[in-house]
Amino acid sequence: MKYGEVFTKGIWERNPQLVIGLALCPTLAVSTSVSNALWMMLATSFVLLGSNLLISSIRKIVPAHFRIPIFMTIIAAFVTVVDRLLSAYRPDVLHALGIFVPLIAVNCIILLRGEEFAQKNGMFASALDGIGMGIGFGLTITVLALVREILGANRLFGYVLIPGLEPAGVMILAPGAFFSIALMLWAVNALKSRRNRK
Amino acid sequence: MEIKVIVTILLGSIFINNYVLARMLGVCPFLGVLQKLDSAAVLGLAVVFFMTLTSFITYPIYKYVLAPNNISYLTTIAFIIVIGSLAQFMEMIIRKYCPPLFQALEIFPPLIVTNCAVLGAAVINISSGFAGPDVTLGMIKSVAQGFGGGVGFTLALIIMVGIRERLELADIPENLKGAPVTFLTAGLLALAFFGFSGLKI
Repeated sequence: MKYGEVFTKGIWERNPQLVIGLALCPTLAVSTSVSNALWMMLATSFVLLGSNLLISSIRKIVPAHFRIPIFMTIIAAFVTVVDRLLSAYRPDVLHALGIFVPLIAVNCIILLRGEEFAQKNGMFASALDGIGMGIGFGLTITVLALVREILGANRLFGYVLIPGLEPAGVMILAPGAFFSIALMLWAVNALKSRRNRK
Repeated sequence: MEIKVIVTILLGSIFINNYVLARMLGVCPFLGVLQKLDSAAVLGLAVVFFMTLTSFITYPIYKYVLAPNNISYLTTIAFIIVIGSLAQFMEMIIRKYCPPLFQALEIFPPLIVTNCAVLGAAVINISSGFAGPDVTLGMIKSVAQGFGGGVGFTLALIIMVGIRERLELADIPENLKGAPVTFLTAGLLALAFFGFSGLKI
């Protein structure tokens, strides 16, 4: 197995949102500002890393028909760790992300990585896979957040870009989220089909 | 007085804060799994039932077990376990007593458990101040919120699947087919639902 490939496939080849088509709720909801997106990337990567490591380490003793509840509990435990850490050190971030911190626990991509990768592979590969997937997931949110924050709030990292310009407020709301992910998926499809034609 | 509060919560969670189109919860099942209107309706009904039941069970757990013992940091784990075991339990009951329904619902249990809308409803119930001093009212409010959220989800799902059935016949660019055009439609729907935020209740 090539470890480099395991690490990088989450970023483009098997990107959680753009290729697999999962984990869209947090993507749409959290991409209102770039700093939110980066914090979400950090939190999700941590949970993915932890759950992948733990699932991989107990993969030989987990009964097959009872594995989903065990995996869900492991994931929820790591989400609780993130929640406690944020509320201790960065309560403002916890407040900004709102209910999407506990909802990391039902992020399909984490369960999918546990099912598809961690329970079949060793701990080192699983850790790499978790981090790679987390980064891929986070990069998609960040790109989306860049577009939405610039167009919808006329800001970047909270700083006003062009003073006096009225931003297109709808981009920061739900419709803007749907439109921007639609355009992003369209661009990705176009890139892929162009590559296939060559 | 109470009736008015409950109607407000219902209207709010169905239209104004629609789970899919305004809160962006439960987008995954919305996207591509379902093609037929009737199976969308069945999934919708299952979600309404399940979200109501989840609200009914998770609220007392938070109120009487987690909050008084100062272990409310265990909320996520407790809710996940409750939702997971409820789904398993429902699956067993349906398989035993109503096999045809089980056939129709085959792919649904995982869809329901990993549906952010279900856990979302449970978390929204405890974070939106329903856990006030008046316990029975908090309970009714939570159940109304869960039920309304489920109905809102079903409404959005059915509208969406109806539009998708028409889109099958439309001539859209190759790269726009599938997920992108679904999201564009969802964006337009969200804009339409935005009109409800002017509703005065």
